[in-house]
Amino acid sequence: MNTILTLKNLTKHYGKVKAVNDLSFTIEKGNVYGILGPNGSGKSTTLGMVLNVVNATSGDFKWFDGNDTTHNALKKVGAIIERPNFYPYMTAAQNLKLVCTIKDVDPKKIEEKLEVVHLLDRKDSRFSTFSLGMKQRLAIASALLNDPEILILDEPTNGLDPQGIHQIREIIKNIASGGTTILLASHLLDEVEKVCSHVVIIRNGVKLYSGPVDELNASHGFFELRCERQQDLILALETHPDFSSLKEENGLITAFLKNPLSAEALNSYLFQKNIVLSHLVMRKESLEEQFLQLTANLN
Amino acid sequence: MLRLLSIEFYKLKHSRSSKVLSIAYFVILSFIALIASIEFNLGDIQIRIADQGIFNFPFIWHFNTWVASTLKFFLAIVIVSMISNEYSNRTLKQNLIDGLSKKEFMLSKFYTVVVFALLSTLFMFIMTLILGYSFSDYTEFSIVTREMEFLLAYFLKLVGFFSFCLFLGVLVKRSAFALGFLFVWWIFENIFYGILRWKGSAELADSIVQFFPLEAMKNLINLPFQRLNFIEAAANQLQADIQIDYALHWYEALIVLVWIFLFIYGAYALLKKRDL
Repeated sequence: MNTILTLKNLTKHYGKVKAVNDLSFTIEKGNVYGILGPNGSGKSTTLGMVLNVVNATSGDFKWFDGNDTTHNALKKVGAIIERPNFYPYMTAAQNLKLVCTIKDVDPKKIEEKLEVVHLLDRKDSRFSTFSLGMKQRLAIASALLNDPEILILDEPTNGLDPQGIHQIREIIKNIASGGTTILLASHLLDEVEKVCSHVVIIRNGVKLYSGPVDELNASHGFFELRCERQQDLILALETHPDFSSLKEENGLITAFLKNPLSAEALNSYLFQKNIVLSHLVMRKESLEEQFLQLTANLN
Repeated sequence: MLRLLSIEFYKLKHSRSSKVLSIAYFVILSFIALIASIEFNLGDIQIRIADQGIFNFPFIWHFNTWVASTLKFFLAIVIVSMISNEYSNRTLKQNLIDGLSKKEFMLSKFYTVVVFALLSTLFMFIMTLILGYSFSDYTEFSIVTREMEFLLAYFLKLVGFFSFCLFLGVLVKRSAFALGFLFVWWIFENIFYGILRWKGSAELADSIVQFFPLEAMKNLINLPFQRLNFIEAAANQLQADIQIDYALHWYEALIVLVWIFLFIYGAYALLKKRDL
């Protein structure tokens, strides 16, 4: 696999405040990454450092194989951080043309990318006349101009209305399905859960976890079960070696796994014991539950 | 280099206020020609400015560049806002993320400033030739080409002043404050000169203050009026000695060159050190 970005012990101190502390992780080609963390956990500072706008206190990072200067590497990257920044007196197309000159990209791409974000009909309107949602979409178009190896998005749906959030998410999903590597920083967990395959979780500038979303927790998920003969069911589950704990709520039994077990195997096990289920659902903890567990473990 | 220049001129081209100010600057520069038409009556004598020798070669090189250099403030506004807008629109950050390095950013501004100064110098060259050939009493080639070093001085003076503006723009980040700072600095230089002169002597004051940026730029083209015919004649009659050294000296140019380097490098160092 090709490595796109490698961080090694990256650290940033603002005076006494340790915004980012000894952070190391790598970004591989083709995955969709989420950087998770509460507000002020150092997400934006980390992105600022790898994007050449914040000076690292110590540590290293390298783009791709590390043979090129950071600013040249950034020409192969598309990034939007915080809010969209453009020249207010220029039109959408003029702003994008300037970005083309900076990135050494053919300006023919402009119309194509404006189409991707549904702004083609407003290409000759001044940036200052745009709504926040449109500005954010223009920023995505601008980040896509060079057909980037990786797209970096920092809180792309911040401050948008529900339609705006939906539009941006759809655009991100489309881009991800085209195979572009994406790095998405957000404090909105469901957002990350919907699009990301990998996560990096940081809190107070310290990395808590980095890896695939599925392996975030050692847990193997849980079953939600219901049947007529509840007492028998509970007994059968308690004697089964793969369950760690049970919970009953309104006739619904939640059984947590300590070893992997398929729904099929459980169903046939219970059937042998003459227990017929009326409800069987196997679930994994949501990212939110896992995130809260992970941060709670540390307290 | 062309890429950097085209980036910066693209930004300026679409900014209405920069365009208006730049055009206004060149229009006002050409108004220097109108001095020729000033006439007034002193008692029974009719005085026409154009006949007082201000348009004589080689003096015209000195006179025109001096008058023109007082108009540099128009472009100073454009240059300061060229930097401060990048801060207030946060486009500096975006430029860097898009793959411009901090060095390239600073160079694109500096090249633009040099082009502005070149254009202005070229403009003055052409205008001075036209005015000179129309009004000068002497038009022999050897006289026309004498003292053309004032064009070089003019160019240096503009680049120096604009570099100072760039530096202040980066330092202060806001155009109004940067221009205010420029004014305060000018007052400071004058007060400092006054104190030195008062506590020490005029020679001491001159020798120290000549190293200050604004004074150094001023020394490149000294006040030309003492060289006018009627003032020289008046001085001779009064037996007054107004021998003023108005020539361009190498060390004056060197001081300004050093300042240009310090301002541009300083601005770059500031930019490099800062988190955005």
